[in-house]
Amino acid sequence: MSILKKKSIGGTTFDVLNYTFMILFSISIIYPFWNLILLSFSDQAEATNLGFRLWIKTWDTAAYNYIFTHNNIPMGYVNTIFRAFAGTILMLIMCYLGAYPLAKKNLPGRNIITIFFLITMFFGGGLIPSYLLIKKINLMNSRWVYIIPGIFSTYNMIIMRNFIMSIDKELEEAALIDGANYFDVAFKIVAPLLKPVLATIALWSIVGHWNSWFDCLIYIKDENKYVLQLIVRRMVVQSQGEQDFKSLEAFNRLSEIKIHSSNVKSAVILVTIGPIILIYPFLQKYFVKGIMIGSLKG
Amino acid sequence: MYGVVIAFKDFKPVKGILGSEWNNFQHFKDLFSSVGFFRVFKNTIYISLLRLAFGFPAPIILALLLNEIGHVKFKKITQTISYLPVFMSWVVLAGVFFEFLSVQRGPVNYLIKVLGGQPVEFFTDKRLFITMLISTGIWQGVGWGAVIYLASLSSINPELYESAEIDGANRFHKAVHISIPFLTPVITILFILNLGGILNAGFDQIFNMYNPLVMEVSDIIDTYVYRMGLLNAEYDFSAAVGLFKNVVGVIFIIISNSIVARISEYGIW
Repeated sequence: MSILKKKSIGGTTFDVLNYTFMILFSISIIYPFWNLILLSFSDQAEATNLGFRLWIKTWDTAAYNYIFTHNNIPMGYVNTIFRAFAGTILMLIMCYLGAYPLAKKNLPGRNIITIFFLITMFFGGGLIPSYLLIKKINLMNSRWVYIIPGIFSTYNMIIMRNFIMSIDKELEEAALIDGANYFDVAFKIVAPLLKPVLATIALWSIVGHWNSWFDCLIYIKDENKYVLQLIVRRMVVQSQGEQDFKSLEAFNRLSEIKIHSSNVKSAVILVTIGPIILIYPFLQKYFVKGIMIGSLKG
Repeated sequence: MYGVVIAFKDFKPVKGILGSEWNNFQHFKDLFSSVGFFRVFKNTIYISLLRLAFGFPAPIILALLLNEIGHVKFKKITQTISYLPVFMSWVVLAGVFFEFLSVQRGPVNYLIKVLGGQPVEFFTDKRLFITMLISTGIWQGVGWGAVIYLASLSSINPELYESAEIDGANRFHKAVHISIPFLTPVITILFILNLGGILNAGFDQIFNMYNPLVMEVSDIIDTYVYRMGLLNAEYDFSAAVGLFKNVVGVIFIIISNSIVARISEYGIW
């Protein structure tokens, strides 16, 4: 074995380059976020032209005080958390209600119903018809617009269905003989067995809700109902190109309390991604498992 | 979905969807003769093809390189860092990059200035914008994209590598003659599936990064539908654009999936 372990010069050079590349790659991912952290905590003078820094002299929390007191960030948190949790729980229930019967081979019209659902996965009316529909059913400017359009996910339903089908039939049959009805079986016997799958789907859904902004942009006018991502968009993105008068106005008011607009922008971004970063080590483990679940379908 | 009929009508909100007059495919005629639509269609295909050319191989290369890392802990940490950006929205990432590459206070332009260069306007320069789109897109998705290849690589029987070593193969030989052939089926399938989505050039990313200065090169079908439909309230015309995109998109997806189903057992239906 000792002969095999000995490395050639070419191999060592490659190793050095490869490790160096990986370190640089990791830095390229972390440093932009670190830059943002420094920016959010620097004082007004520093923030104006921060440049390349690894550390700052004074850590100033004024921007954070500002966004939590003078801004709609707290309400944004409430709205985002509402959609993430209510949206996920309702989605799980709806998908499960679809998945359980479709997993039963003896369901009349099973194939037709499945095809019906599958069509919606690949073909939709598009943006404008959806918009007119939301308008027509009076969901405009209501927080329910965050939840109802996405309450059923065919993709998640199919994943659940496939897992239910892989569960041993005898377990269910035994329960049915003991006098349980289908609802008992579905919710008390089968659902607990699906816990790992449901947890993975739930995490995907929570992250998806946390990161959504487009529905808020087109359907919501009342600022109290904005989600965090849209608040970020209005401050950070729109003031770059399309002028957002509201946020500019807010920035002007800032000059009295000596915070630079970039302090606020970076602080807003950071409080938005904060919860995701905090649960990230836990999240990524489930997600990597989840990608395998997705490839199992069909 | 029923609302798509307005694509074939002269839609007047007061008359409603049913009450509006049919207009003899006028929107589709306008569509194919309009310069605006030709431009966004061309941009969409161009951006998608560039993403395929550069964004598609990137995770494969990353997976092969990560596979060569012997230090297990180092590999795991790198991998964990690599897919951090995939958990963030493009709203946030656009904000991160606007600051990172800012002319006034971004570290990148600071270093350029220190080294004596001219500051670069990364997001407002027409010639640079597409490069920025593709490269930030790779930065965001490469780590996550590599997961599936790494999973396939880890299922290779180590004996194959060992016997190759005995035959005198170095690591480059092993990568070319064992790892890559082993990945080929996965690569083929993912490539064809990606081709199916060619009309999706990445709305979320472009919508949050583009601005009037780079509109000419970065306007894609989805952003065009948004602006025409929701900002200009031309509901019927933009519904027609959207319908055209969806129909062509579905045809692409059906074709690509049936190719995949033919060459492997991994078809998605």
